[in-house]
Amino acid sequence: MASAHSTASGMGGMRTAGDLVARMQMSRGMKIKEAKEYVANKLKVSVSALSDPVLMSEMREDLNLGMVSTSLFPGSAKGIEAKFRIAELLDIEINCVNRFKDRIGGKLRVL
Amino acid sequence: MQKIYTRMGDGSVTELSESELKQDLEEGTRDAAERGKVSPLSEDELSYLFDIYSAPYRFVSVEHGNEVVLSYDAATLKIRRVGVSTHRIQSLQIYEKILGADTAEFDHVDYSFKSVKPIIAYEQTELEQALLMMTIPMFYGAMPNLGSYTQPDGPCPNYADLMPQGKISEARAAQEEAMELAIKDMVAVGSAMYESGADGINFDTTAAAGDPDFLATLRATELLKRKYPQMCIEIGMAGEFILGMHGELTYDGVRLAGLYPHRQVELVEKAGATIFGPAINTNTDKSCAWNTARAVTFTKACVKNSHIPIHANMGMGVGGLPVVDQPPTDAVSRASKAMVEVSRLDGL
Repeated sequence: MASAHSTASGMGGMRTAGDLVARMQMSRGMKIKEAKEYVANKLKVSVSALSDPVLMSEMREDLNLGMVSTSLFPGSAKGIEAKFRIAELLDIEINCVNRFKDRIGGKLRVL
Repeated sequence: MQKIYTRMGDGSVTELSESELKQDLEEGTRDAAERGKVSPLSEDELSYLFDIYSAPYRFVSVEHGNEVVLSYDAATLKIRRVGVSTHRIQSLQIYEKILGADTAEFDHVDYSFKSVKPIIAYEQTELEQALLMMTIPMFYGAMPNLGSYTQPDGPCPNYADLMPQGKISEARAAQEEAMELAIKDMVAVGSAMYESGADGINFDTTAAAGDPDFLATLRATELLKRKYPQMCIEIGMAGEFILGMHGELTYDGVRLAGLYPHRQVELVEKAGATIFGPAINTNTDKSCAWNTARAVTFTKACVKNSHIPIHANMGMGVGGLPVVDQPPTDAVSRASKAMVEVSRLDGL
């Protein structure tokens, strides 16, 4: 059922820019039209390109935003690394990225 | 005249003539309009639904450019449900890398805030590990599940036992007591998971126990948003109509019992939630076309009346999908396309 919905009407997640559009809904409460336009503007692509896995795979590779086939791209950003870059690209706060910074930012003090 | 292959709300195959299909669509939208006191679908919209349901294809989809964001309730639970032996983090990776999910949800197999609270440290630690590996946004999800606070499972008198005895005031008091406990658990778990880095909290199957369940969720949302203004909160409903199990509860002066989705969303917005998920029940005695026309009518009114993104629930038994464990792809894809392109919502 999940795959049927994804194929019928989903944006495509990391195969495209679906996760980026989702982040704008979640962080700014944007409706779908506004969220798509915001992401397209940041990526400097058309709104229709956001759901194209060919164009968006290249875009994600170029910008190092995390990709599906990570084994084909050793050294590329994965997981939290990609989220650091997504937060910067979209100019949003990502909760776990901020907490990661907090955890590694404190000075180590050996008593 | 060639018959149209379609299904009933219980998933069984049926065949309709063109006139029968048109009649089902008209009656479905009329039923929603009358119950919810909302506008029925227009002739053009019904004609569009007719084209979707009369198409001979096994699978249909939205047009290029009409794709929406998909959020998934109980994601890690559903991989376990089908007996696939994966760790929860692997389940999330399946959603992210194989299913093309736009968001994912981390959850416990006992999908209730009450059950999760005693083991919250384990949930937090695993979520923290998952967040290091995942790129797509992650919710932590569970159900308010007010029923779990009643005896013999919980500490409160069982209002389902009290009401048939005519002890209405005692039943109401028990619901109010359960509500306070549920709010504490939702806020405690929601806070802990947000402190661990979750992008959002999903209150799933909200109002399953009626108006006190809904009120508890609205108040927990208020408290969490006051504490963490940036937190994303999704409120997904259990059904289309708030059952008046208590009957006298209000939020911001509005009586909760009897509210349909276009009124529910007003209160969800006031509480501070970020995304709302209406759930429209499926009638198994009617065709999928009838059910979809009805679900789209309710959802369209909800979208029109909202300022926040709407992600309609479209799992088995809601949103025009048949009530079966394995919803057929022909039925899912038709309901999916119809819901997105006619109601103009923001996600599923």
